[in-house]
Amino acid sequence: MEHYNMNLTLKVWRQKNEKEKGHFETYSVPGISSEMSFLEMFDVLNERLINEGKEPIAFDHDCREGICGACSMHINGKAHGPWAGTTTCQLHMRAFKDGDTIVVEPWRANAFPVIKDLVTDRSALDRIIAAGGYISVNTGNAVDGNSLPVEKDKADTAFAAAACIGCGACVAACKNSSAMLFTGAKVSHLALLPQGNPERKTRVVNMIAQMDKEGFGSCTFTMECEAACPKEISVNNIARLNAEYMRAAFTAEETMG
Amino acid sequence: MTWKQVFTSSIGKKLVMGLTGLFLISFLIVHVGLNACIWVPDHGETFNKGANFMGTMILVRIIEVGLFLGILLHVYQGYLLTAQNNSRRSQNYTAGYGNKGSSWYSRSMGLLGTLILLFLIMHIYHFWTPSRLGGMWGIHELGEADYNNGAVHIHNLYGEMIQVFQNPVVVILYVLGCLSLAYHLAHGFHSAFRTMGLHNRRYAKMIRNFGYGFSIVVCLAFAMMPVSIYFGWVK
Repeated sequence: MEHYNMNLTLKVWRQKNEKEKGHFETYSVPGISSEMSFLEMFDVLNERLINEGKEPIAFDHDCREGICGACSMHINGKAHGPWAGTTTCQLHMRAFKDGDTIVVEPWRANAFPVIKDLVTDRSALDRIIAAGGYISVNTGNAVDGNSLPVEKDKADTAFAAAACIGCGACVAACKNSSAMLFTGAKVSHLALLPQGNPERKTRVVNMIAQMDKEGFGSCTFTMECEAACPKEISVNNIARLNAEYMRAAFTAEETMG
Repeated sequence: MTWKQVFTSSIGKKLVMGLTGLFLISFLIVHVGLNACIWVPDHGETFNKGANFMGTMILVRIIEVGLFLGILLHVYQGYLLTAQNNSRRSQNYTAGYGNKGSSWYSRSMGLLGTLILLFLIMHIYHFWTPSRLGGMWGIHELGEADYNNGAVHIHNLYGEMIQVFQNPVVVILYVLGCLSLAYHLAHGFHSAFRTMGLHNRRYAKMIRNFGYGFSIVVCLAFAMMPVSIYFGWVK
């Protein structure tokens, strides 16, 4: 694709801290290269703000190669911006034209309070994982390879679910601020594998209980999450989560959970 | 884990919505089937006899109580969930949602449900109240019809339909009610199965397509009833 430069107008959400009310600030950003990533464009803007003695815009980022799940911007009404299956860091400026106005907001959900500017506290997702999104293994010698047979089909489905990077775009895009796609992906990838089997029931029950406690909404299957997910996690994982939950809820003893 | 924990969890609440929704759908099948008898060209005899059977059979009347409870539970839980889900985002986005992944009707189940509820109130007032409570508390009573040479003497619900659907405003409101129902079902039908855990892609696709077909056929049949009476296609 041909390289071009563009002059942009950015409307960015600025908020000092969790307590204070935020507002939009408008910046004109000239001379942006179409080869830049969206975050590099923010780097350019921030350098200018620092040089001008102003507070730079805070945003989450880490690996910048689409695998860590740190970056989280709601760009022009879409989580991670206009490209499908792409994180904000992998979104490139060639997605925009010269003269565009771009509105950038943080993830909006009560379960994700804004810490500063575009940075939100997504530790609610960590607490869902801590409630059961793991397997307990004894330390010691590694088991022999292939001693636990896994069907190819299931391995593939589990792997596709495990691709979730926990960025929270599903919550950001859902009209109910539901974390069901995230939780569904985490429950699915363990429920599909033999290693996940011993803790299968307690896992799903505890993770859902934690999810509800964190103040996420419930799923109404609008499928907006799937469209927003940078890893293109299927809503089928939500249906599997429902099945797993019912399997556990209707067979569990009262003492469980 | 107690039953209370199960049914007050986010998934449990959705399960109540799905199960009551499917129960109400099963009622629609009976309702549309019986009402389609108005198209039998016998001046409403088949329809009136069928309606009389449903109105007098004790088992149907008992199920009718369950039907009203199902409606109440579906409506109550629906509003509760909608309010809860709406409260999860106090500060909304300035740039509106993209809708690359969702249909407008899947995001508007609460609104569509409210329209259906309003329609239902009108519908109950038009037909259920006079046929069940007619004569009591000054409620208008249905006419009577004689069949089998005077041996069968029953309510003329058919005549009531003909009368009610002479009003074009009522006909339009009924068609709009059916349209709301069609969109509500287009999402609700397959979504209920997904809530119950259907995750086999082949079946999920089949149920989704069946759901679209079901909502179109059933709601079109319902909508055609007032329309065909208004235009005099049935007399």
